[in-house]
Amino acid sequence: MEASKVIHAIYNDDDILMSAVKRVKAERYHIEEIYTPFPVHGLDRAMGLAPTRIAITAFIYGLIGLTVATLMMNFIMIEDWPQNIGGKPSFSYLENMPAFVPIMFELTVFFSAHLMVITFYLRSRMWPFKSAENPDPRTTDDHFLMEIAVNGNEEALSSMLKDTGAVEINLVDKAH
Amino acid sequence: MILGALGVGYGFMTSHKSFEEVEHLLAEESHHGGGHGEANAHHATPSHDTHAKAEGSHGEEAHAHVDEHTKHVEHVQHQIANRPWSALYVAAFFFMMIALGVLAFYAIQIASQAGWSPVLFRVMEGITAYLLPGAIIVLLIAIASGTIGHYNIFIWMDPDVVAHDKLIQGKSGWLNLGGFAIRGIIFIAGWALYRHFARKFSIAQDNAEPGDKTNFKKAFRITAGFLVFFIYTESMMSWDWIMSVDPHWFSTLFGWYVFASMFVSGITVIALLSIYLKSRGYLAFVNENHLHDVAKFMFGISIFWTYLWFSQFMLIWYSNIPEEVTYFITRINDYRLPFFGMVVMNFVFPLLLLMNADYKRMPWFVVMAGIVILAGHYIDIFNMIMPATVGDRWFIGIPEIGSVLLFGGLFIFVVFMSLSKASLLAKGYPLMKESEDFHY
Repeated sequence: MEASKVIHAIYNDDDILMSAVKRVKAERYHIEEIYTPFPVHGLDRAMGLAPTRIAITAFIYGLIGLTVATLMMNFIMIEDWPQNIGGKPSFSYLENMPAFVPIMFELTVFFSAHLMVITFYLRSRMWPFKSAENPDPRTTDDHFLMEIAVNGNEEALSSMLKDTGAVEINLVDKAH
Repeated sequence: MILGALGVGYGFMTSHKSFEEVEHLLAEESHHGGGHGEANAHHATPSHDTHAKAEGSHGEEAHAHVDEHTKHVEHVQHQIANRPWSALYVAAFFFMMIALGVLAFYAIQIASQAGWSPVLFRVMEGITAYLLPGAIIVLLIAIASGTIGHYNIFIWMDPDVVAHDKLIQGKSGWLNLGGFAIRGIIFIAGWALYRHFARKFSIAQDNAEPGDKTNFKKAFRITAGFLVFFIYTESMMSWDWIMSVDPHWFSTLFGWYVFASMFVSGITVIALLSIYLKSRGYLAFVNENHLHDVAKFMFGISIFWTYLWFSQFMLIWYSNIPEEVTYFITRINDYRLPFFGMVVMNFVFPLLLLMNADYKRMPWFVVMAGIVILAGHYIDIFNMIMPATVGDRWFIGIPEIGSVLLFGGLFIFVVFMSLSKASLLAKGYPLMKESEDFHY
């Protein structure tokens, strides 16, 4: 199987990277991936990625948390071992609801946050003991790396990337 | 650029229409209510028994509930007499609070040197123009209720009540008419001075030489001072002007609670006014990114309001101490619909409507949510004042709607007058370029 070649263009500033991304998109090259040391605001939009669906998952997880809190408090405080809450022995979930609101709120946030992080890791294919995917360790420090597929047009591509302010351009074999 | 005649014309038209409508309604209603109350109070003093009985039987015909109140006929009559006063006061306070909330928001934007909001500065300055007249009106109504009225809003102003009330006697070092007036004047003077100078420096910065940032720096400095002054005076204002209607009851986070209410109403009005002006083509430089940020604040502060509302409610509900819990028992028994309705309007609606990022960018959606929020916060103020003054004789009828229209008209008139006096873009502000280019 033929190894496909990619160009790694390295930048050292996020603003230069942003304008380079716009230029590369405008010239209709395909950006495989970009590695950055920190989230660059607006990069997903400039790359033309589909909008994130994490927000809707957060909402759904929040609802799950709210439900869990309600069922749990109802079981613990009302059904299994009825409690006299605040001197109001009504033994009804609804009438004692104000006392449970903080827990309902906290579990909503807890579920939403933790499940969101887990979803994000799974969706990004990250799990414990996985070896790192980034091609250049400097992208974890202060450099930005743009990976572009090459289809026999490396000359034109490199000169264009030089133009956009790349500090380093490497042609790399990428085994599939 | 000068705002065209259209905006002002609209302002005039709306305010005139509502002025006429309202003056009519209000005069009628006030005369009716006030006259009734006065006559009643005058008659009640000389011949206590006979008249009270007569009033009682009269009341029975009119109201089915009166048999519970036969002992308190005077009390009820007093409550009915209180209604136009309270209606006027609630509406006056509501619109004053919008202007004050916007002033605080404006000051925070300047103090934090926020980059996104300067395009909206002139809109905010326009709204804060209502603060001085609005606050003076509130104070005058409050003082008038204790002098020319019959202690229609604040019962601690009545020396007769204080004489028989140990708790109010203990508080009379703070709650007395002279102190109330002096404190009110200090609050209003401080706010109005800041507003005056902030506006002056903002306009002076427009006309300054390029590179001359002295006015910006001056505005920044007085803003920092104002914010400190504001958070103390706002808290005391809320004790004086609202919490003291129930002179026995107190809550330590009341100042914050009122602040959250005024802040979210103010931000909502900024959003509504910006959308209106943009739809008329005066704010071409404001785009959906700015709207998105304002709507984020509407969403966030609505939740902040709920947090404070609930913190106050839950602690009192939990501890169940008689002198504290009566406050909520009145509201839940007699004001069930407005009390829980406002939680739905101020929390559930904004939560669900404004949660989605895309909805925050759609003007009509923000307008819809904004109207619900504003109505909700009017009811919030209504719930703060009315239970103490009119008890269970409440209704949102002609006096209330009339007062809202009156002060709403005055508010729109003052705000649009002020908007028309300066360019709608504070073009000299150093962060203006960042704000114009702002994108989400």
